[in-house]
Amino acid sequence: MRGPYLAIVSARFRMLLQYRAAALAGLWTQIFFGFVLIMVYEAFYRSTDRPQPLAFPELASYVWLGQALLATLPWNADPEIRAMVRSGAVSYELCRPVDLYSLWFSRALAWRTAPTLLRSVPMAVFAMALLPWLGLPEWRLAPPAPLAGLCFALALAAAIALSCAISTLVHISLLWTVAGEGIVMLLTAVVSLCSGLLIPLPLFPDAVYAVLRWLPFAGVADLPYRVYIGSVPPDELWLVLARQIAWTIVLVALGRHLIGRGIRRLVVQGG
Amino acid sequence: MHGLRLYFRYAAVSLRSQLQYRASVVMQSLGIFLITGVEMLAIWALFDRFGTVRGWTLPEVALFYGMISVSWSLCDAMARGFDVFGTLIKEGELDRLLLRPRSTVLQLLGHELTIRRIGRFAQGAAVLGYALSSLDIAWSVPKVLLLAASITGAVCTFLGLVVLQATTAFWTTETLEVWNAFTYGGVTMGQYPLPIYRWWFRGLFTYVIPLGCAIYLPGVALLGREDPLGTPVVAQWLAPLAGPAFLVLALAAWRVGVRYYRSTGS
Repeated sequence: MRGPYLAIVSARFRMLLQYRAAALAGLWTQIFFGFVLIMVYEAFYRSTDRPQPLAFPELASYVWLGQALLATLPWNADPEIRAMVRSGAVSYELCRPVDLYSLWFSRALAWRTAPTLLRSVPMAVFAMALLPWLGLPEWRLAPPAPLAGLCFALALAAAIALSCAISTLVHISLLWTVAGEGIVMLLTAVVSLCSGLLIPLPLFPDAVYAVLRWLPFAGVADLPYRVYIGSVPPDELWLVLARQIAWTIVLVALGRHLIGRGIRRLVVQGG
Repeated sequence: MHGLRLYFRYAAVSLRSQLQYRASVVMQSLGIFLITGVEMLAIWALFDRFGTVRGWTLPEVALFYGMISVSWSLCDAMARGFDVFGTLIKEGELDRLLLRPRSTVLQLLGHELTIRRIGRFAQGAAVLGYALSSLDIAWSVPKVLLLAASITGAVCTFLGLVVLQATTAFWTTETLEVWNAFTYGGVTMGQYPLPIYRWWFRGLFTYVIPLGCAIYLPGVALLGREDPLGTPVVAQWLAPLAGPAFLVLALAAWRVGVRYYRSTGS
C-alpha cells in the first residue's frame, strides 16, 4: 500500500523542482538576510563580555542553517490546498482511492523538501566555502564534526516529518475555516517565534527557553540546528529524537482524527 | 480631473471594494499586527540578554524600528499595483493603462490602497509611541517636522525601490524577486542604527539606497546624540531629502521602461 504515496511524493517533488529561477531569487534574498542577521548579532555579541549560551561562530552557523532550511519550517500553508478548499476542488481529492491524510502528508513532504533541496545546497556551498574566501571567515557556516553531522542528518529527518505533521494539521484546519487567513497568520507568528527562526531559542531569557524547548516548534529547527553546531552533544541525540517523534505521533493522530470529522461535515460550494 | 483628486477617487473605490470582505480585512490586519509584533518580542529578548547593542538602548532602537515600520507599511499599502505589475504585463493589461490619458504611475498607485497594511502600521506606530514616551527628547516644531520628513523620505525611498523592481519587468516580463532583498532587507536593516553594520553595507544603504539617510541620520538628530559615524548635524537634518531624490531617479528609469515596452500581445 506504500506505492501511491511514494508516487505522489516523487511527482510533486519533480514538479516543484521546476521552479529553478524562483529558487535562485530566493537564494539571493536569503543570503542577504543572513548577512543582515549576522551583522546584528555580531553587534550584540560585541556589546557584552558575558559568556552566552551560544558562541558567536556557533550562532553564525545557526543563522545559515535557518536560512538554508527555511522551506522545511511549517510557517505557511500550501497555496494549492488553500485554493482547492476555496474552489471546492477538494472534492476531487476525496474521490481518489487513497487515504486523504496520507495523501496530504505526502504532498506536504514534497513541498517541504523539494525547494529546500534547490536552495540549501548552493547556500551551504556559499556559506561554508565562499564566505571565508570573501574575507568573512567568522561569519561562515562551520562544517560539523563528523559525529554531529551524522546526528544532524537524523534530527533533520525527524524535523521534516514533524514539520509535515504540523503543516498537514494546518491544511486540515482549512476544511473548517475555508479562507484560513487567520490561522495561517497565527501559525506564521508562532512558528517564527518558537522555532528559532526569529532568534535562536537559547538567546531567549532562560525561563522562556525552558518552556519553548518542550513545544513541538523547537523540534523543527532549534533542536536539529543545535545538534549540528554541537550545542546538543551526540549522546543526547536520543532526547531530541524522542521529543520530535513523540510530537509527530501526537500531531499525526490529531490530524487523522480531525480529517475524519472535517470530511463528514464538509460542504462543497458547488456550481 | 486633477491627478491628486483622481488618486483619492481611486483610493476610495479600492477601500470600498475591500470593505466588502470586512471580516477578512480585520483578520488579516490583526494577523500582520501579530506577525510583526513577535518580531519586537525577539528584539526585546536580545536586549534582555545583551543590555545594549554597541551602546544603543532598546528605546533608541525602538525609535528606528518604529520609523522604518511605519514608512514601509505606508509604501506597502500604496504600492500594490507595482507589486502585481508582472501579472499586468504578462496578461497585456498594461496596454489598457497606456491608452488612458493619465500617467501609468498614477494608475498603478490607484490600483489598490491595501487596508490590511494597517496592521503593520499600527504595530510600528505602537513601537514608535513606546520609543517616544521612554526617550527624553526635547521636542520642538522643527523636530516634529524632521520626524515627518524622515518618514516621508523613507516612504519615497521604498516607493523608488518598488518602482525599480517593477521597471525591470519591462525587460524580464516577470517581476524579479531579487529586489525583495533590498525592500524587506532594508526594513530589517533600518530597524537598527546604521553604525552597527559593516562599512560596505552602510555604504549600500547610504549612497545607493538612501534608507540610512532617510531614517538613521534624522533619527540621530532627533535623539540629539553624537553620531558615531561623525556626520555633521546639518547633514542629519538635510538627509531625508535623499528619499525624494531617489524616487525621482527611479521614476526616470520607469519612463525609460515605458518607452521600451512592447506588449506581450495575445
